[in-house]
Amino acid sequence: MSGIHDFTLASARDALKARKISAVELTNAHIDAIERLDGQLNSFITRTPDRAREGAKAADAALAKGEGGNLCGIPLGIKDLFCTNGVRTTAASKILGNFVPPYESTVTANLLKDGAVFLGKLNLDEFAMGSANLTSAFGPVENPWKRKDSDAKLVPGGSSGGSAAAVAAGLVLGATGTDTGGSIRQPAAFTGIAGIKPTYGRCSRFGTIAFASSLDQAGPMARNLEDCAILLESMAGFDPRDSTSVDTPVPNYEASLKRGVKGLRVGIPREYYTKTGLSHDVALLWEKGMRWLQEAGATIFDVSLPHTEYALPSYYIAALAEASSNLARYDGVRFGERVSAPSLDGLYEASRAAGFGEEVKRRILIGTHVLSSGYYDAYYLRAQKVRTLIQQDFLKAFENVDVLLTPTAPSGAFAQDEKPTDPVQMYLNDVFTVPASMAGVPALSVPAGLDARGVPLGLQLIGKFFDEETLIAAGHAIEQAAAFHHRPTLHAGVSA
Amino acid sequence: MSYRITGSTGEWEIVVGLEVHAQVVSEAKLFSGASAEYGGEPNTHVSLVDAGFPGMLPVLNQECVAQAVRTGLGLEAEINLFSRFDRKNYFYADLPTGYQISQFAHPIIGKGKVLVDLADGSTREIGVTRLHLEQDAGKSIHDQDPTRSFIDLNRAGVALMEIVSEPDIRSPEEAGAYLRKLRQILRYIGTCDGNMEEGSMRADVNVSVRKPGETDYRTRCEIKNVNSIRFVMMAIEVEAQRQIEVWEAGGTVDQETRLFDHVRSETRSLRSKEDAHDYRYFPDPDLLPLVIEQSWVDELKTALPELPEAKRARLEAEYGVSRYESSVLCVEQATADFYETVARGADARLAANWMLGDFFAALNRTGRSIEDSPVSAEGLRELLGLISNSTINGKIAKEVLEDMVETGDSASAIVERKGLRQVTDTGAIESAIRDILAANTDKVDEYKSGKDKLFGFFVGQTMKAMKGKGNPALVNETLKKLLSE
Repeated sequence: MSGIHDFTLASARDALKARKISAVELTNAHIDAIERLDGQLNSFITRTPDRAREGAKAADAALAKGEGGNLCGIPLGIKDLFCTNGVRTTAASKILGNFVPPYESTVTANLLKDGAVFLGKLNLDEFAMGSANLTSAFGPVENPWKRKDSDAKLVPGGSSGGSAAAVAAGLVLGATGTDTGGSIRQPAAFTGIAGIKPTYGRCSRFGTIAFASSLDQAGPMARNLEDCAILLESMAGFDPRDSTSVDTPVPNYEASLKRGVKGLRVGIPREYYTKTGLSHDVALLWEKGMRWLQEAGATIFDVSLPHTEYALPSYYIAALAEASSNLARYDGVRFGERVSAPSLDGLYEASRAAGFGEEVKRRILIGTHVLSSGYYDAYYLRAQKVRTLIQQDFLKAFENVDVLLTPTAPSGAFAQDEKPTDPVQMYLNDVFTVPASMAGVPALSVPAGLDARGVPLGLQLIGKFFDEETLIAAGHAIEQAAAFHHRPTLHAGVSA
Repeated sequence: MSYRITGSTGEWEIVVGLEVHAQVVSEAKLFSGASAEYGGEPNTHVSLVDAGFPGMLPVLNQECVAQAVRTGLGLEAEINLFSRFDRKNYFYADLPTGYQISQFAHPIIGKGKVLVDLADGSTREIGVTRLHLEQDAGKSIHDQDPTRSFIDLNRAGVALMEIVSEPDIRSPEEAGAYLRKLRQILRYIGTCDGNMEEGSMRADVNVSVRKPGETDYRTRCEIKNVNSIRFVMMAIEVEAQRQIEVWEAGGTVDQETRLFDHVRSETRSLRSKEDAHDYRYFPDPDLLPLVIEQSWVDELKTALPELPEAKRARLEAEYGVSRYESSVLCVEQATADFYETVARGADARLAANWMLGDFFAALNRTGRSIEDSPVSAEGLRELLGLISNSTINGKIAKEVLEDMVETGDSASAIVERKGLRQVTDTGAIESAIRDILAANTDKVDEYKSGKDKLFGFFVGQTMKAMKGKGNPALVNETLKKLLSE
């Protein structure tokens, strides 16, 4: 124990402040780990070691003067959906080509302001569309975990698969993710790490490439909730450049870890048993989770979210409708890849045909269809109505309970070659995560155990609007009870 | 009195509705901080939001909202406290995001009206269906290169108000009067400069025809993007004529979008209904619904300037000008202001008379506008004062005004310099008249034998002899006296 790769974000921060370790040392160790392991994991699309070293030097200078923000000298990875000033940003798509934004997303700007050091841009499903990180134009990301009986390459989940894999393998101390229907929580569960999807409006969307604007929300991914809390505090906040960002103060999330769960009312949505086809291992873990919370002083209640079974289909209508419009700007005219053609329509067709991958094209087509004249009422409008009902389900449930406990995903990570051939089967991965996204309420995933084949499973907690603190407190109680200290096969701290 | 077109099967009535796109007067664009100023080098008034860069988000410019509300108040329209922005999706090279942000289902302004004055002195009310806010697109430039097109995004994202009229218009004249009145209201409130040459006001014209007495509308055609009032009137006429010919030949008019070619004076099909875009409107998820407070609307209403109709009524009541005079004086706010400055402290009727007559003629002659008039309102008032206090007569005053325009000197300075002060000395007048009568004894005899019309001749000769400076009333009076001797 106690190599440089055993640090959590919180302990590294404290060691940096105490000058027990330098930021340059910490950053170099992570750059080194990336070089050793990422050839296999493929969690980075773009590495920025030189920038990172510069940042680390500056951090050391600040720390030497007793200055520096809460993340001063902490090496992080950034999902390649956040625009970063002067660093190529791809959304894991060919269509953006070598697009280098002349601006910084608000979330990453907040992290930089607090002194964070960026090691590079992390892989994801193309435009965050996927649940297995298999749709990236830069190749799939491999999960650092292996089944105990097989060497098959597992998926890290998606869309924030690169973020999840890099955190799990110890290549970064924390990462940014984005979650539209589960893209932080499901990969966190698949890789044995923690991740928070905050309340919609908590983190600014400015400078983050849009998938579905009414659902997209940035959040932290890290080894545990303490680290996530520290990151979220930096990432969150009102931004006048995002009209959907909410002007409410950012609390001290780190402090909420110690709150405990005595007297907390925990709801168990019964529809999540019956309508979702969850695996035996997951069902067992869920019950364990209830017991842990009870033992820590919480009370368990049965609750009903009656419209759960409609969440997934209505999500895939609402999200894809928005996506079809959001992705119209990638047309080869102003930036990114252009395939020349003799007419304007020809240029659009050729550029978009060459630039977008299969899954993105499928989703644009579906989204265009559900908004089309003659179909709008049956699809888009109906989905919006269902969305309102789902929101009401949650509001009603939260009249009687403080948080909801559910599994994060129906199963553990599957192998890359077990990828379902039917896209709808793939969409079922989001069955537990999508309802909270549709409602806009916050949710998180914590690692809670391993399945029979030795891959991690996560539990999800869903909270009230802007009550991330209660969520973090409850999550931390599970963390403590679960005592999840397993490590993936591929990890920076494990010598090859 | 109604406007009718006579075809081979008899008379036809036309039905017209107008969609006016009026560029909002504002510093910045509707959803970005980039300048909304007209002109500039291509692509210099463009922000990353306007150019649709990844991750860029629209933020609503409240000043544009205020302008829309003010306009709604000027049209005596319903102000919707809840409205919403929708995306109108279509691909075009000068539409960077692939969608235009507009208000489709819930416009900020509902039903209103515009009163128009017609040449025969009658007034008609044209209903306004709605007004909504939307973004302008950029400009595609196709004539700079044989194979390539260029894009200028300076206008992309500039705020427009789309003002939709009811199909209440029944003649080209009414369409012209509606547009002029709408432009007048917008200019008064300061929400659109109404400059059609720069494209800050453009109209889509919906035209259909029917037989007088028919209560249903027949199929209409939309003529896109007509950029002058004259062309709107011409387009209505030729399109109505075309439709009448189609109907009378036993055909049916197809619903379609057409273009007006003013050179060939015809409309041409742009796209049929089948080719119409499916815009896939849906609420823009980047923007919250627009909710405004009644108290804010009330504040804007209180701060609204006097509108044309109210101003006309007041000028008529306060200064005694005619309905016709008030309509001319109120076309532009600056003209009305100018008039009021002249009229306060002068004979108000005389002031109206002079403004509509010699003063406007002087502006026309010099190619100046009221804003850069060569004669100030105070200067004109002084001139009129000289008439009223009999320092000069009206005829001399015309000469003085010309001199004022030319030299910029004040009226009294010119009167002094040229010695134009009118002669009121009855002795001088009498002696001048006696000379005239002595030199024209034959005419005096004719006059006395009943040829009354010769009186004017004597007046003219007297004035001529006095170099126009004789006081007209005294000349008349003295002439009468001497001729009856």
